[in-house]
Amino acid sequence: MANDALLEAKNVTIRFGGLTAVSDLNLSIRPHELVGLIGPNGAGKTTIFNMLTGVYKPTEGEIIIGGTSTRDMKPYQITSLGVARTFQNIRLFKELTVLDNVKIGGHIHYKYSGTSAVLHTNRFHEAERLAEVEAMKLLEIFGLSSRAENEAKNLPYGDQRRLEIARALAAKPKLLLLDEPAAGLNDSETLALMETIHDIRDRFDIAILLIEHNMELVMGICERIVVLNFGKTIATGTPEEIRSNDAVIEAYLGEPAAEAGL
Amino acid sequence: MPKRWWLRDLIYLVLFVGVVYGAWIALEYATIYWPAMRYYNRILVIMGINITMAVSLNIINGHAGQFSLGHAGFMAIGAYSAAYLTVTYFGPYVEKMTEGSAQQVVWQNILLLVAIVAGALTSAIAGYIVGLPSLRLRGDYLAIVTLGFGEIIRVLILNIEAIGAARGLTGIPAWANFFWVFFFTGLTILISHRLVSSAVGRAFLAVREDQIAAEAMGVDTTKYKVKAFIIGSCLAGVAGALYAHYTPAYLNPTMFTFIRSFEVVAMVVLGGLGSISGSILSAIVLTFLPEGLRLVKDYIPENAPEMLKRDPRMVIYSIMLIVLMRSRPQGLFGRRELWEFLPRRKDSIAKEGRDKGDSDDKLDRDSGPPVT
Repeated sequence: MANDALLEAKNVTIRFGGLTAVSDLNLSIRPHELVGLIGPNGAGKTTIFNMLTGVYKPTEGEIIIGGTSTRDMKPYQITSLGVARTFQNIRLFKELTVLDNVKIGGHIHYKYSGTSAVLHTNRFHEAERLAEVEAMKLLEIFGLSSRAENEAKNLPYGDQRRLEIARALAAKPKLLLLDEPAAGLNDSETLALMETIHDIRDRFDIAILLIEHNMELVMGICERIVVLNFGKTIATGTPEEIRSNDAVIEAYLGEPAAEAGL
Repeated sequence: MPKRWWLRDLIYLVLFVGVVYGAWIALEYATIYWPAMRYYNRILVIMGINITMAVSLNIINGHAGQFSLGHAGFMAIGAYSAAYLTVTYFGPYVEKMTEGSAQQVVWQNILLLVAIVAGALTSAIAGYIVGLPSLRLRGDYLAIVTLGFGEIIRVLILNIEAIGAARGLTGIPAWANFFWVFFFTGLTILISHRLVSSAVGRAFLAVREDQIAAEAMGVDTTKYKVKAFIIGSCLAGVAGALYAHYTPAYLNPTMFTFIRSFEVVAMVVLGGLGSISGSILSAIVLTFLPEGLRLVKDYIPENAPEMLKRDPRMVIYSIMLIVLMRSRPQGLFGRRELWEFLPRRKDSIAKEGRDKGDSDDKLDRDSGPPVT
């Protein structure tokens, strides 16, 4: 199992000063898998994402993506290994058009020199045409093609969330990291998003790691769920196993219920 | 797919050279019949140099979003290194030839180009060196570093005896002319425009918009920041080299103080950070405005305040800048280009959606969707 894993985190720990944000995380994701990462606020979910994408360096342990250790890699190099992400608080290129956002997402695939760009060589025309065609294809899948020339900041909130996923997919990742994709969406939008996530997993044949607070969404689509609390992994398993896990109920599902009762 | 990609560009190049050459010849003839034209000729050339400066700074400040305040420093490096070459080597070489012979004219222009390229390269290297701190610094801190850099260059020049130090560099052959200045202005605009509408330019814009997101998309932000600095300073070096060789062909460190840098920043900000056509337009306006305001002096009444009587130009100039920045803080064109305000053509699949759902500038910046 270890050998065909797309991503493997081995005993990963990160400390910020005296605070251990994530301790001894072991996580392995196989191709085409849909994994959920849940936990109460401050459990270290986004910190894990930031370590997987190279924004933070783990204090201990190692993250291996596609057989390569990412220890000394910068975020942009990790993207080249086939990992793309979205952000909890949307980070679109606000002043740029929707189309340009997606084109930048595909940055690693359409490279040519500045000289090529200035001289408008065949290489330039080819790469630009390909970038446009592929970006438009993605926008169509996400129902954003009519908005291609709008500035990203002018999109409605739900569309911005979808655009962020489209932009991440433009990098043609093998593993997509979604950080709370349903945050701020209403029930019907969340339902539609669930379908979209399932759909893109099959269409692009990628693995997805998902952070989400919305239990319905996580339980509904994830095949495997990892539960964190205070940086520690307290449970791993199928949605059914997680639902009946005492530690999880106590740490995560139990607490809000108790608060609600007060 | 155009197989011979260079063919169309070559035709455009020939046309462009023809137009600029024609304009130059026309101006030269006009000067013969109307000597006052020499004055306007000079302003036009200064305007061309200013456009080159503004458009090149716009690559660093507007596109890549790295606020640099040291553009005069890059210009000085280009100017002095090119002028040093022509004064010590090229000038004497050409002087030996027969005065006014075809051979001399040809060599003069070739050597001018060599000097310009040398100036550009030296500036580009300086840009690389200044680009390095920009890897670590952001915003105001970078601005301070570049401002300091510009001053360091000036003080260095002030102390290098070989290039005239405080006396200035004299004896530079005045080889640059209207044609070369506008040739390179056109080239700068072309380079800037084509870069920004390419993957390289998109990477610049991504760095400007959101560095963390850009990194997550696989953009090597460090590399592109340095690239922007190198390209911008290289083109400023070209402007400097041309400036050095244009009449009166004299260089002095006082020409490259931070005030010069601020003038260029004013052009870029006034035109709209990131807008090439905005930079061009405001470079034109800010070159002609102080000249045009010379006329105002004649109309100042006798009993006006002393300050106004002495030099009304700068008073009016500053008031106009303040008014412009008050009424349009995003600059004349904002981040758009001139042609984006014109009625749109439907020339690509993507552009069709624009007419349907575009909300333009009318939408308030802050009225966007809530962000968690």
